[in-house]
This record gives sequence, C-alpha cells and structure tokens, in this order.
Amino acid sequence: MRLISPIGEWLDERLQLAATIRETAEHSVPRKTASWFYVFGSAAFAVFMLQIVTGILLALIYVPSAGEAWSSLQTLNHNVALGWYIRALHGWGSDFMVAIVLIHMAQVFLFGAYKYPRELTWIVGVFLLLVTLGMAFTGQVLRFDQDAYWGLGIGASIASRVPVIGPLVVKLMLGGPIIAGATLSRFFALHVFVIPGLLIGFVAVHLLMVVKLGINEWPMPGRLVRKATYMKEYHELTRQDGVPFVPGAIWKDLFFSALILLSLALCAYHFGPFGPSGPPDPTIIQTAPRPDFFFLWLYAVLSYLPASMETPALLIGPVIGILALLLLPFFSGEGEKSWRRRPVAVLTVLLAAVALATFTHLAQHTPWSPVMDAWSGIPIPEQFLENRTALERQGSLVFQVKQCHNCHSLANQGGKRGPALDSVALRLTQDQLIRQVIQGGGNMPAYGKNLSPAETTALVAFLESLHPPGQPPARDASRTMAIGTETRGAASSSP
Amino acid sequence: MTLPTGLSRRELLAKLGIFFNSVVAVILAVPVVRYLLSPVARGRKNGYESWVPLGNLDQFPSGETRLATYRNPVVNSWDGDTADIACWVRNVTGENFQVFAINCAHLGCPVRWFPQSSLFMCPCHGGAYYQDGSRASGPPERGLFEYHYKIDGGKLFIKAGEMPTPGQASNIVQGIRPCA
Repeated sequence: MRLISPIGEWLDERLQLAATIRETAEHSVPRKTASWFYVFGSAAFAVFMLQIVTGILLALIYVPSAGEAWSSLQTLNHNVALGWYIRALHGWGSDFMVAIVLIHMAQVFLFGAYKYPRELTWIVGVFLLLVTLGMAFTGQVLRFDQDAYWGLGIGASIASRVPVIGPLVVKLMLGGPIIAGATLSRFFALHVFVIPGLLIGFVAVHLLMVVKLGINEWPMPGRLVRKATYMKEYHELTRQDGVPFVPGAIWKDLFFSALILLSLALCAYHFGPFGPSGPPDPTIIQTAPRPDFFFLWLYAVLSYLPASMETPALLIGPVIGILALLLLPFFSGEGEKSWRRRPVAVLTVLLAAVALATFTHLAQHTPWSPVMDAWSGIPIPEQFLENRTALERQGSLVFQVKQCHNCHSLANQGGKRGPALDSVALRLTQDQLIRQVIQGGGNMPAYGKNLSPAETTALVAFLESLHPPGQPPARDASRTMAIGTETRGAASSSP
Repeated sequence: MTLPTGLSRRELLAKLGIFFNSVVAVILAVPVVRYLLSPVARGRKNGYESWVPLGNLDQFPSGETRLATYRNPVVNSWDGDTADIACWVRNVTGENFQVFAINCAHLGCPVRWFPQSSLFMCPCHGGAYYQDGSRASGPPERGLFEYHYKIDGGKLFIKAGEMPTPGQASNIVQGIRPCA
C-alpha cells in the first residue's frame, strides 16, 4: 500500500482522471433502481468483454481462408490444449449475449426507460441490438462449415431480391460471383474489425448517456413523464431518496454478471463448442443446412410465408420493424412509464416472445421439410400391412419406392410436409385419391407422369385401406346409387 | 487583420484548411470506393461466365439425371473446396440436355434428385420440382435455374461462373417449360 499510493498519485497528476471516475462511481441513483431488474445491461457488457477476450484467443489459431478455415477449426477442437473450450465459450457467449440483450431490451421497454430524456439511449440501444445480431450472423459464417456455406447462399438469395440493385448487392456481399475465398475474408473483416468497432463505439455512447442522464427511475403507476418538469423531478428524487451507484447498486450488477459468466462457463464445458459440421464443400449435397439458434425463427418464417408474400415480407418487414423500434420514443416520449398501466406494451412483449419461441420451436423440428431418407429408412408400421390384400401390399411398396413417405407420415413416422395418412380413407373417396395422386395440388406434386396405371391402382388401393377399424372409408354417394348396395363392398376394393 | 468580408485571416486559413482536407478526402475516396466495388466492376467488364466442361457425353446416359461437378472458372488459390460446384445434368434424349443449378430457386439450398419419383426435393424449406425443373410444390416461386449448354468434341459444356439467385437469373436460361 505504501508504494501503490505514490504511484497512483503520480499517475493521476498526469492523467487527471481519478476525480471524474470517483464522481461517476458515486453518482446518486434512485434507491429503488438498485434492483435485480436493472442488472441486464451490465451483464451484456460483461459477456461482451468475454467475447473480446475469447475472440482474440481464437484469432491466434484460426485461419480466415476458405481453403483452411475448416481444418483450423478442427485443429482448435482437437489439437490445441483447451482450444475446444475457448471455441465453446465464444459460441455460447454469442447465444448468451443475444439473449441478455433481448431481455435487457424487453425490460427497458416495459419500464418506459426509452421516454424523455433517454430517447437517444434507446435508439443507440436498437443499433446495439442490430450489431449484436450482425456479430452473431458473421460469427456463424466464420465457423466455415456446410451450414455456413449454405447459410451464405440463403443470405445471398434474400439479398438478390432487392429490386434493381439485388445482383450487385449479392456480389458485394460475396466478394465475387460465388461463395468462395473472398466471401470468408470479407466476413472475417466485418466480424473482427468493422462490427466490433461499431459495437464498442455504440456501447461507449450508450454508457455515457446512462451516466449523464441518470439511470431510469423505478416507474410508479400514475407518475407521468413531462418534458417540462421531468429533469427537475428526477434530480429531486436522486437527492432525496438516492444511493451512490458504488456500492449502493453495483453489488447486484457484480453478482449477476458473475452468475451469468459462471453459467456460460458451465454451458460451454457441458455442451462443448458448436460444430463445425461437414466441410464447406458444395459438391457434398447430402446436407440439411440450418442456421444458429437465434436465426431459427427466421428459417421457420421463410418456409411458412406464401410465395407471393415472401419478397415483400423479407425486404419490407425488417425495415418496418427497425423503423418502429427507432421511432418508438418519438411517438411515446412522454406519459406513463409503469408497465402496470401500459397493457399494449406488455402484450407486445408477450406476443413477440411467444412468436419467437413458437417459430424457433418449429424450426427445431422442421415439419415443412421432407424427411429425405424416410422412403428407404423408415418402414411402414406393421398395423398398416396386416390383413391386407396382395394389391394393397403392392400399393404399400409403391408408397415407399415413390418417396411418398418423405412427406407423409404413418403412425407419426416419416415426413410432416403433407398430411398424415393414417386415416386418409376417411377423408378422401377413391376418386378423390386418384385425382390427388395424379394431379397433385394443395402443395403436392402431380405424380401422373411418374406412376403407371397399375402403380396408381395399387397405391390408391393401399391408401383406401388406411382407416381405423370400425370406421368405413369415405364413399361417393352417387356412386353407391349407380352401382347399388349389393356391390358396395366390392366397389371399394376395385378401382 | 480582418478582410473586407469580415473574415479574419486565421478564420479564412482554417476554412481553407477544411476545404483542402475535403478535396484530399474526395481524391482518396475514389480509389477506396473503386476497390470496394471491384467484385461488381469486374463482372461488368469481362463477365464471370465462361464455358466449363462437365465431362464426356457417355457419363450422362439418355433419360437419366446425374450429378456433375465442375471447378468454377473464376478461382483463387485459397478458395479450397468452395470453388467446386455441383449441378444436375438431365439427358432428356440423345443430345438434348437440361442442366440445372444445384441451388433451390427459393433460397439456394442444394436440391436432391429422386429418380424413383422423378422429383427434385429441397431439404431446407421443402421446395419440390419435376424432372424438367419446373416447380412442383413448396415455397419456390419458379422452376430450377437452368444453365446454357453446348456439346463440343463429345463433351458437355455449360456456361457457368456465377451463383444463381432468385434476383439474378439473367445469365441463366429463361422461361422453363411448364411441362416436359
């Protein structure tokens, strides 16, 4: 101590920072904001610091070259002591950071913190969300594996839909005509130089404003924000019922950040690093690419949008969403802050959370994708083959060989792209089945050219046998009239 | 000293200094922008496309659809495997071919050919195409992208070099026939 204090004094005489730091640390904050609800911003900052450290550590080994990146990741995973763990920390850190930033955003939205005079703090916060997502996407590209390669293809396909300049945007994004060496190099530059630079700058401005304007006070129902009186009221509050930020409030930030970093460390240890999946060789087409966790919802949205809606939704949707976030403080910059009196705000957050969770959940099961190997890998369950005629069994073979099983499930096995066929005979008559198979429609390809008449006959006979015991298959009433009741049984098994 | 305009000499010099810097900034911006736009500029001048061989004709039997691969014509030494591109070659009859891009017309995922049902299926969002590349079902708005091809000296060539995307199909055969 005896040595440290003269060194400190020597430094401060030249830096002139100690007074400012002390003043910032001890600035008075409203007592009620020393709350566990106010810890997410600092936790996001802590994870960001960890990302910087682990990112630099990874850059010691990683090679940003399309030809070498994948094998340098293998080296990190297997040949460098604890390389896998640093990769795991960085990957999990990415997920943690996006999650905490989203929670932070929901919290400040519900607490009305974006209102006067903190509008710009919110706007910079929106930019921070965007650059955080930018880091997550570019980081996923640097893990240069199959998913990264085809993910870039998806990004390029979306960018190409921009009217007029789409093709130019694609070439600028890829750095050339195809996804190749230039693509990875520019995503490396974005992930390591450009976006982190923006992120650090935005964080600095964001924090500066938090300190200068003071932390948002705990919202009390009925205490309205008015531009004319707010600053005076706020200073009154911090003077009468304030605590110094250090140590009055910071201990909760410290505990929560440590808890988050510890959970991150445990997740990384327990679950390990993300991939890499197969090598980025576009001639290996036996792959089902899928984005990282925080882009899964988008993957689901892209498969549910009707074709005609897709381009407008892709190009206009994000613009509207971002504009809405940026303009929010200008439309509701004053008034009620408490979420108890802002039901629309609460419902908006709930709706966004439910929508994100639902789409993410769906994207983990991809019911819209054909199961590519169902026809050869998933047998037809026994109950659909017992006590069937030779023709019906022949039809079950057609069902497998023609890949019907890739899109249609039986006993919940197989594709979910089309409807389950366990009891299709209850829904469609023989004529309707034939028409559906031959002409397709309702999102089903037409099989007319790919099935011989004999195959169609057998397949439809099999489909007609798919109904629960005791429930008769659907039947065209006019046909019964024409053929007569005597032959009803026979009619159902002969086409 | 104050000039007749009311501007002091130092103020004038400071303004001239800013102006001088602006001129230099513009001069420097030209090469920077030109450098950044090089992927676009190069495509305009020489084009990225050229004829690349896919193999001998006997590799593609009549009536069948086979996977073929080629090395992209524009390539850097550090591109690694990414410069190897796959495509589907359909020999309709004899020397009448269709060559489809591997990329789904929806969002570019690799489509797979199922000869038993004569369908191309996409693993990403479930797009499906008939054997002639026309759209069968799912989210794609159009059929598969099709390359121009030619036959030269017993070999099949396609005009390739650019990844086809929904907004950039001008270099690719237009107007897929609705039915073969």
